[in-house]
Amino acid sequence: MSSITIDASCHYAQNHEWIRIEGDVAVVGISDYAQDQLGDIVYVELPQVGDQLAQGDSFGVVESVKAASDCYLPVSGKIIAVNDQLESEPELVNSDPFGEGWFVRLQTSDPAQLESLMDAPAYATFCEQDN
Amino acid sequence: MAKRTALYDRHIAAGAKMVDFAGWELPIQYPTGPKEEHLIVRRTAGLFDIDHMGQIMVSGPDALAFLQRMLTANIAAIAHQQAGYALMCYSDGAVVDDAFVYNLDSQYMIVANASNVGKDERWLRWHSRPYEVTIENISSATHMLALQGPKAAAILSALTGDSSSINLAHHACQKLELFGTTIILGRTGYTGEDGFELYMPVEQAVCAWDALIEAGKPFGLAPIGLAARDSLRLEPCMPLYGQELGPDRTPIQAGLGWAISFSKGNFVGRDALAKERLEGPAEKLVAIQMLDPGVPRHGYTVVHGLEAVGEVTSGIYSPTLDAFIAMAYVPRRLAAVGTEIGVSIRGKARRAIVVKKPFYRAPVKS
Repeated sequence: MSSITIDASCHYAQNHEWIRIEGDVAVVGISDYAQDQLGDIVYVELPQVGDQLAQGDSFGVVESVKAASDCYLPVSGKIIAVNDQLESEPELVNSDPFGEGWFVRLQTSDPAQLESLMDAPAYATFCEQDN
Repeated sequence: MAKRTALYDRHIAAGAKMVDFAGWELPIQYPTGPKEEHLIVRRTAGLFDIDHMGQIMVSGPDALAFLQRMLTANIAAIAHQQAGYALMCYSDGAVVDDAFVYNLDSQYMIVANASNVGKDERWLRWHSRPYEVTIENISSATHMLALQGPKAAAILSALTGDSSSINLAHHACQKLELFGTTIILGRTGYTGEDGFELYMPVEQAVCAWDALIEAGKPFGLAPIGLAARDSLRLEPCMPLYGQELGPDRTPIQAGLGWAISFSKGNFVGRDALAKERLEGPAEKLVAIQMLDPGVPRHGYTVVHGLEAVGEVTSGIYSPTLDAFIAMAYVPRRLAAVGTEIGVSIRGKARRAIVVKKPFYRAPVKS
């Protein structure tokens, strides 16, 4: 567990998505713990720009060598950008899950929803218990 | 509880993620990861613990006649110190197992799939009564390793101190003194690369692994897990029992007619296979490449227009081709190269095309 990074600037969902607020825009991806569990990522299916999604909606699928896993949106919002780089380099999710491996940017509609998510220390505990 | 090979501690020490495969606890991958492990074997060399595979020795005055009856290939054409691929079939032509048969000294060694070893032994014994043969399942006493990749021969030569392994012909086999014991060495493998499979007493497994890892260091040899083993065998379209082959599939459907000799005499399944060959199989195993992205996994439905027409047997992201590929059974009318079909991935039909087999062939050394 000690080798897993937990980005302190993010909030986390139980399905291991992270969200980082940058003004009124949120960036979403999957955590280092998640990519480590999934293994080599070979394909990421992302939504369309403009899609309006609710908290808990599936917004994408991460395909690893072993399996395909749904990703759920940690907060409601409108997708304003998707990480096109992942189409040619899905391995960015493994190498830089909190940076270059981001999935979507969204315009959040309800900032209060952040409170239902875990902060970094709570997520660290959550991951330890998962083990 | 899953069985552990003699190398379990080595895999754990190397940071392997272990899985249960055919009742054995084996590395699915090491920290390197399946994609890079795959590429290492294609570029350099990899070492595989494949102790879960089985070895059945057949000897005695009627050994050849018996094996001619039980296997599809012409076993008489497998010369001494040679190995060959063959299938065992039921009388309806469906596959009991596919195997490599090694001809060494006055014995034949049948190397069987892990999931089928017990079944194969029972099948052979049950048919052996009219023959003067001795059948011995030596799987638990034998450890099997594979050393595969362009640098495999150089690594083995560094270990033996001579070029005898480099000179071993493709599919040839021999006994060799190595690791303080007598091993069987075959220039065989399941990756589509040059390489070797090694068989030794289980007591020498750790010593052999350590020696190979050490000898391989200057060449960049890496231990390789089952995930990469699967992607490596799929690119050259090598079948896997339980996916491309099974008790409901024949070698004719799987495109393995080349491993059947109809002229050698009778064998179990001959009549059914001859009939199927004459009439043409209703379904054929094809190689497909995705045109839309997504992994076409085992069991996914193959569609043509709105019609469900078949099923994916194995599918992966191919690290060598940087593409999504699969093998699937489709009706004969859709088996031609260039046929456009679809694979249903998460409820949506994604476009794919039938391509020529194999997806990959190792470059010929000049």
